[in-house]
Amino acid sequence: MRNISIFQTVNTLILLCVVVATLYPFLYMIAVSLSGNLYVLRGEVWLWPKGFNLAMYELVLNDPRISTAYLNTIIYTVVGTAVALTVTSIGAYSLSKREMVGNQFFTLLIVFTMFFSGGMIPTFLVVRSLGFMDTLWAMVVPGAVSTWNLIIMRTFFRGIPAELEESGRIDGLNDFGIFLRIVLPLSKAVLATIGLFYAVGIWNNFYQALLYLRDSDRFPLQVVLRNIVLAGQINNSNVTSIGGDNLIIEESLKFATIMVSTLPILLVYPFLQKYFVKGVMIGSVKG
Amino acid sequence: MHPSKPLRPSFLYRVKKSKVLLLMFLPCLLYYLIFKYAPMFGVAISFQDYNLFKGIWESKWVGFKYYQLFFENPDFFILIRNTFLLGFYNLVFGFPAPIILALLLNEVTRNVFKRFVQTVSYLPHFISTVVVAGMVTMFLSPSSGIVNQLMKWIGLEPINFLMNPSYFRTIYVASDIWQHVGWETIIYLAALTSIDPQLYEAAKMDGANRWQQTLSITLPGMAPTIIILLILNVGRVLEVGFEKVFLLYNPATYETADVIGTYVYRTGIISGNYSYATAIDLFMGIISLVLIYGANLVSRKISETSLW
Repeated sequence: MRNISIFQTVNTLILLCVVVATLYPFLYMIAVSLSGNLYVLRGEVWLWPKGFNLAMYELVLNDPRISTAYLNTIIYTVVGTAVALTVTSIGAYSLSKREMVGNQFFTLLIVFTMFFSGGMIPTFLVVRSLGFMDTLWAMVVPGAVSTWNLIIMRTFFRGIPAELEESGRIDGLNDFGIFLRIVLPLSKAVLATIGLFYAVGIWNNFYQALLYLRDSDRFPLQVVLRNIVLAGQINNSNVTSIGGDNLIIEESLKFATIMVSTLPILLVYPFLQKYFVKGVMIGSVKG
Repeated sequence: MHPSKPLRPSFLYRVKKSKVLLLMFLPCLLYYLIFKYAPMFGVAISFQDYNLFKGIWESKWVGFKYYQLFFENPDFFILIRNTFLLGFYNLVFGFPAPIILALLLNEVTRNVFKRFVQTVSYLPHFISTVVVAGMVTMFLSPSSGIVNQLMKWIGLEPINFLMNPSYFRTIYVASDIWQHVGWETIIYLAALTSIDPQLYEAAKMDGANRWQQTLSITLPGMAPTIIILLILNVGRVLEVGFEKVFLLYNPATYETADVIGTYVYRTGIISGNYSYATAIDLFMGIISLVLIYGANLVSRKISETSLW
């Protein structure tokens, strides 16, 4: 018995280390971004903010680049999630019906794209020839269906008892009516999961913006974040506007920028967490 | 008179019958045709001197010119090596990590603690690559980064990690594990719940200790899942994430960090050399396809578990 309890202690310690390694970077960034400049410069901030102030957050929120990008990202995320969820759910529903003509062929067509793709340039040329460059559609349409999400949803729809749908048919509904009136109300959890997956994906999307957007007025948050944090383009007018002895600590400003753009993810995370494990499990059942 | 044979409903009849379903599937089909299959045929431009203004129909065909150019390029070997090694290290260290974490989590007896660790460890998976790359850059900064501050504190010389090619792979792999290890345990933990608890009871009766139970019940129970994921990951060895490399590398670290994805981006999108970039991409795509096919074949022979 003693043996087991030693093992349990060591195991608990290892897992606590995992927790600390995961959370500490975030706590550190929050602490530095909320601390007074002097304490940061002296390297005295480790875990808890010292000389608490919100100056960096004021700077970040007053940066016009960030407010524009924030608005852009919100629009891309809302429109993108709506489009993706609509196309994916109706597509997944029809794929879940074995009686649909060509079902197997379509499934094969879709699964094959998981293993082979035309690559960056041909896709870029397709998006360009559609006239999507520098438009909302460049952020919304090329990622509208994720094969993984499509398969998760198809598997879920297959699990709905056929009797329920039959009752709709007797009432004279066609396939679309059954989907709308009977299937969708039963699928709130899976819709929430997949919707959140899409929303987080679009919120975090950098690749499509890098390739398809050139106009800085259309940049989403991730591109602006990269320009500020990684390419070091700090807005000089902001720095001088504070002026005087108030030295701007680049580090605090960058951490504040990161926190501001990640906050929405951290806020929806508890909801995500509630549903997504179930979502992933559904998908892992071999369909 | 012969009684008429029961006819298989004609194709047209079946199309008519599933008319509504087909219409519902149409947007999805169009998406795959336009954004997945059109680019697959678009790889034809790698055999052309593609010109944006002439388009795919009028550009001149040049055969394997760009493939030859790539094979003769002095960067050819470096790019293949970098892509392969980055993917290989990511597989060797990144693949076992979630299996180990899942096994550790499985041994936790208090459910509240288990759920707490899970909830925390999934979190980084939802943070954007830009933020992760930003955090890495800031923490490793030679002047203000926390890592170098710590090193100074214990009396070491500060190191400019991101400007030194010999650290790139470690940084890439470590940050990838940090971000995704928790999330990837989900699928293994799901596999663990399907193991019959009676097996453990029986093993305890036979006097098996915890470690023996893990070796002879838990791991075999997870094996099919592990194999499927291993095949998928072997097939993706060369699909090194473009974004993170792009965000973390710089000309000082090209020597180890420049991979196919970033080279294709610079050649195609930045320099506008579309045909050449597509040729490189297609070459790697075909090797990837061969890899996943091979991994599947080997697995089917050895373990009778396979993707198809």
